[in-house]
Amino acid sequence: MTANQVPEPAIRVRGIEKSFKDLPVLRGVDFDVSAGSILALLGSNGAGKTTLVRILSTLLKADAGTARVNGFDVAEAPGEVRESISLTGQFAAVDEVLTGRENLVLIAQLRHLQDPAAIADDLLARFSLTEAGNRRAATYSGGMRRRLDISMSLIGNPPVIFLDEPTTGLDPQARIEVWQTIRELAAGGTTVLLTTQYLDEAEQLADRIAILHEGTIIQNGTLAELKALLPPARVEYVEKQPSLEEVFLTLVGDTAEAATAPRGGTAPAGKEIR
Amino acid sequence: MTTHVLADTGVLTGRSLRHILRSPDTIITTAVTPVALMLLFVYVFGGAIDTGSGQSYVNYMLPGILLITIASGVAYTAYRLFLDMQGGIFERFASMPIARSSVLWAHVFTSLTANLLSVAVVLGVALAMGFRTGASPGAWLAVAGILVLFTLSLTWIAVIAGLSAKTVDGASAFSYPLIFLPFISSAFVPTGSMPGPVAWFAENQPVTSIVDTVRALFAGEPVGGDIWVALAWLLGILLIAYGVAIAKYRRKIR
Repeated sequence: MTANQVPEPAIRVRGIEKSFKDLPVLRGVDFDVSAGSILALLGSNGAGKTTLVRILSTLLKADAGTARVNGFDVAEAPGEVRESISLTGQFAAVDEVLTGRENLVLIAQLRHLQDPAAIADDLLARFSLTEAGNRRAATYSGGMRRRLDISMSLIGNPPVIFLDEPTTGLDPQARIEVWQTIRELAAGGTTVLLTTQYLDEAEQLADRIAILHEGTIIQNGTLAELKALLPPARVEYVEKQPSLEEVFLTLVGDTAEAATAPRGGTAPAGKEIR
Repeated sequence: MTTHVLADTGVLTGRSLRHILRSPDTIITTAVTPVALMLLFVYVFGGAIDTGSGQSYVNYMLPGILLITIASGVAYTAYRLFLDMQGGIFERFASMPIARSSVLWAHVFTSLTANLLSVAVVLGVALAMGFRTGASPGAWLAVAGILVLFTLSLTWIAVIAGLSAKTVDGASAFSYPLIFLPFISSAFVPTGSMPGPVAWFAENQPVTSIVDTVRALFAGEPVGGDIWVALAWLLGILLIAYGVAIAKYRRKIR
């Protein structure tokens, strides 16, 4: 049961449909995610992002269409898909009664890995949770809990990771920490599918952005491609006021640098009007 | 993947047992009500109750109290299962390559352990209150077997409740009728003193046959046909509850 054969895209979705009772949520979704890249699935609340993630992570059956993850069909080989993926759901799925360390050991044991204790220590260190490692997860802040949640998802190095709204409900610093983690993941060759309703999150992180609207993908491209869909940017001169986020992060210090480190081209002094 | 069923169940059972260790109050809370009932019945009502059995009242009512202990203990199983599903950890397990049934069995084994601990606490109090038995090791084993079967049957009912509940309160509400059932049985007073229809119900509901069997075993008397009626009830409830719970679980995790 090896899970590392990767022919073509890491995720291939074709014509996926899903209705709940009479309410169609997905009406034929198609997209690919190439191995080692980050795709942001953008959509408003209720657009069907979570439904799609649940189908791809074998928690839900599609009514029609096919989806392959890491080369395995989600309907025909759910076991192999589960070997290949890791899901970080919308709500931090940690055991609050257990300590952070015990949570990690638990998942390592369930993945039947050698030396769960060493894996736990390593991840605690990577996610700056070593000090909190022996405290119950119930005492963690939202950001720490999310970090623990994501670190649990990394155990066993699954080639594909689903992150469903990974930063919803986090404060700005915690968000930046999570972003940093996601970038490191992709840099290490993991394929990431993340859903978000924050446009800046997609802009910051994603190699490609797919917009899910009324049950279908209405656009799918790189940020530059999506921007090219609109008339070329006009150049206007606007006084550049710091955003409240920038003010907040500067005032509270430390992790602020990571915040504004832009990916790709820098914005000109004049603000682009979209 | 099936080769991992035992290992996965073991790991997950360890997890939920840890929950109990971290909040041992659930064991105590489970034991408090039955102990209070026992004190009330033995020291307040007991003097006026003529069981016609010639044994001390604490000996007479202990089997019923043990069943009440278990009936209130399984509510925690429904509660813990419900919390798992709410918290998202359930989905995490379902999206991992672990044996599907392990998640439920872990809760069932945990329920068994927790309830047997509560039963031990109640037995300890009963001994202090003068409960005595000349039961042979074989009879003790039979009592333990019946209590284990009773716990398993009620636990699978608790699993159904936990899987289908919409709220935390809903998850444990199913146990109230179960706790009440021993009162309309031979657990506290002989059924002969009850008016016709009530006596009929009491004689034909499962608790009476179970209580009569356990009481006879503790007293070192022959159990007669009661044990077969009790076993039929227990196995029947167990199989049906198990079937319904598994069907519900399948629908939940596709």
